[in-house]
Amino acid sequence: MTCIIIDDEAAARAVVSQLCEQVPDLDVIEEFDNAIDALKFLNQQNIDVVFLDIHMPGFTGVDFVQTLKNPPKIVLTTSDTNFAIAAYEYEAIVDYLVKPITLERFEKSIQKIKNTAVRPVSKAENVASDTEKDLYINIDRRLIKLKIDDILLIEAKGDYIEVKTDTEDYRVHNTLKSIKEKLPEKTFLQIHRSYIINFTKIIDIEDNSVLIAKNVVPISRSNRPELMRRLNLL
Amino acid sequence: MQERPNLNYVRTLAAGDGDFEQKFIRIIKQEFPDEAATYLQHVRQDEPRAAAEIVHKLKHKFNILSMEKAYAFAVEYEEQLQLGNMKQDLDFRKILDTITRYLKTI
Repeated sequence: MTCIIIDDEAAARAVVSQLCEQVPDLDVIEEFDNAIDALKFLNQQNIDVVFLDIHMPGFTGVDFVQTLKNPPKIVLTTSDTNFAIAAYEYEAIVDYLVKPITLERFEKSIQKIKNTAVRPVSKAENVASDTEKDLYINIDRRLIKLKIDDILLIEAKGDYIEVKTDTEDYRVHNTLKSIKEKLPEKTFLQIHRSYIINFTKIIDIEDNSVLIAKNVVPISRSNRPELMRRLNLL
Repeated sequence: MQERPNLNYVRTLAAGDGDFEQKFIRIIKQEFPDEAATYLQHVRQDEPRAAAEIVHKLKHKFNILSMEKAYAFAVEYEEQLQLGNMKQDLDFRKILDTITRYLKTI
């Protein structure tokens, strides 16, 4: 089995890692000091088990569990016994370990995991979204939920993208290609190498630009035919 | 008399793995002073809820260092801090001092 460890304390990660080493066939693939980096990792790679600290600043273990659409098996690790009831509200959580964790208790937990079929998460499944209508973006280590329908356009700006909505603009460390994969093709279209637009928000189109809210967005020559094809022209 | 920290739990966990024991000591020697300093800073700045967050982390270290009474005290103190009450600060600092002294010996 493969696993990752998420805990904001290095000492706690070291303990869980050492426990994992003492269990045959359990490989620690990666350790994370925050849940957001782990979430990104899970979007790239399949793993079987997550050892997850609940109490972390900002984005907590519970936030993490709630965000994953199809999570792998999760074992919670915490100093607080009073989180136990909340823990079992989530199907993915197979066990709950109270720190300091003993090897004997850890082995029981591994047995529990083995007794339940581990369902690896596919990259495609593990979209950080509650529904297909929402998109979570990472701003200063917080995942902010946006309604996809509210997005006007996305502009590439160097290492960042700017997601513009009616009410606010969000600067995100990501690529246009990556966000394009998360957006519905039906309503979003790349019309320039630096712009993806929600074409239901178009106000008007001139020769080489479209107006969306107050934004004038250029249309590249190569993308123009596809845009015109999609429009309901009279 | 103040409860004394020890490495019994860590040694049990290491099961003879000296590398792990040394690695763990390095981590705790690095992490504990930073967390203790953060705690003191929040107390100085009269930020009890922020102090509660760091007490939560510190109390796990009390556990690892087999300080059961200190852990029980920290659980209660964390709750008090969440309510904005920092009256037990001096007693908590005594525990931090005990651990600070101990970490210099290992």
